[in-house]
Amino acid sequence: MSQISPVAEDSAALAAEEIDVKPAEAAAADSAADGTSAAASAADDHDKHPSDWQYVKIAIILGVLTAVEVFTYFESVHRLGDAALFALLTVLMVLKFVYVAAWFMHLKFDSVLFKRIFMTGIALALGVYLIMLTAFSFWT
Amino acid sequence: MTETDTALADPAPEVAQEQAPQGHAEEAVAVQEVGGTTTGISHNKLMMWLFLGSECLLFGALISTYMFAKSRLPEGEIGPLDVFDIPFTSVSSFVLLMSSLTMVLALSAMNRGNERGFRIWITATSLLGGTFVAGQVYEFTVFYNHGLGYTTNIFGSAFYTLTGFHGVHVSIGIVMLMSLLMMNLRGSLGPDRAERVELIGLYWHFVDIVWILIFTIIYLFPQ
Repeated sequence: MSQISPVAEDSAALAAEEIDVKPAEAAAADSAADGTSAAASAADDHDKHPSDWQYVKIAIILGVLTAVEVFTYFESVHRLGDAALFALLTVLMVLKFVYVAAWFMHLKFDSVLFKRIFMTGIALALGVYLIMLTAFSFWT
Repeated sequence: MTETDTALADPAPEVAQEQAPQGHAEEAVAVQEVGGTTTGISHNKLMMWLFLGSECLLFGALISTYMFAKSRLPEGEIGPLDVFDIPFTSVSSFVLLMSSLTMVLALSAMNRGNERGFRIWITATSLLGGTFVAGQVYEFTVFYNHGLGYTTNIFGSAFYTLTGFHGVHVSIGIVMLMSLLMMNLRGSLGPDRAERVELIGLYWHFVDIVWILIFTIIYLFPQ
């Protein structure tokens, strides 16, 4: 009875290291606070989050990236050629995606497990549908 | 079953605290809940991320089907170049993008205990989302009047299915945002339950992210 079980050890390791949300001491403090643990946890989360001004700055960056995307619609930019345009638009799209996911969805600050789950979904979708398009001779 | 196993099976922190023998309290604490979980992360948030991960597959299917359908559009049939109005859709995209900012500001206000700020920003998010959906309805109407119906050709079917699914997601998001506002006005949603706002926020940002992909791939990529 005095030995901690392997399952418990694994879970402890997961909580303290792998997920890396907060150290065990902080968890103990939260739990000891009992009913106030949720509020304490929310306060900790808030500390990790960016300020409102940082969010506004990210929104300005997203707005500028969107403006550049829309600019490519005009004929003068089409002189770049389709391949260059595809590459430019793809880079801009990925940048916007990453900015929203990292800052607005807090993946940059939250548990790495969330990032892995989301990346798994994206990787699965990309893999499955690239294979599907290839099977239907989309590229030729 | 050891005391620690019991603590794992029962998420109630006070029970785990009481059952852990002297000297093993730290181990028990390490495996017990942080914010109501045994893993150190919120189960609600974990489930939301799993849901969003699965949504990637849904929208991946719709986007790839659209790409395939467009590539098989017979010559002479009505297609993207005949109907798309890029300046109009750009404004819609910008509106949805800015709704992500107001959403995150609503969450920030709630985390700080600024409930008035939360109500303002969540209402702004709903209005921006509503503007986007209204723009989509207008766009669909214009396309239909140009002769592009749902069954006109393979492009029409794929386009309406993809953007329609996205529009439905935005509409559901608006309903959830309004629910949050109502809950707050009734006093059942305060800073102690800010995670609910965060969960709906995650969904809203995901819908925005999907539109970032749709806008570039469907509207802006050279046709």
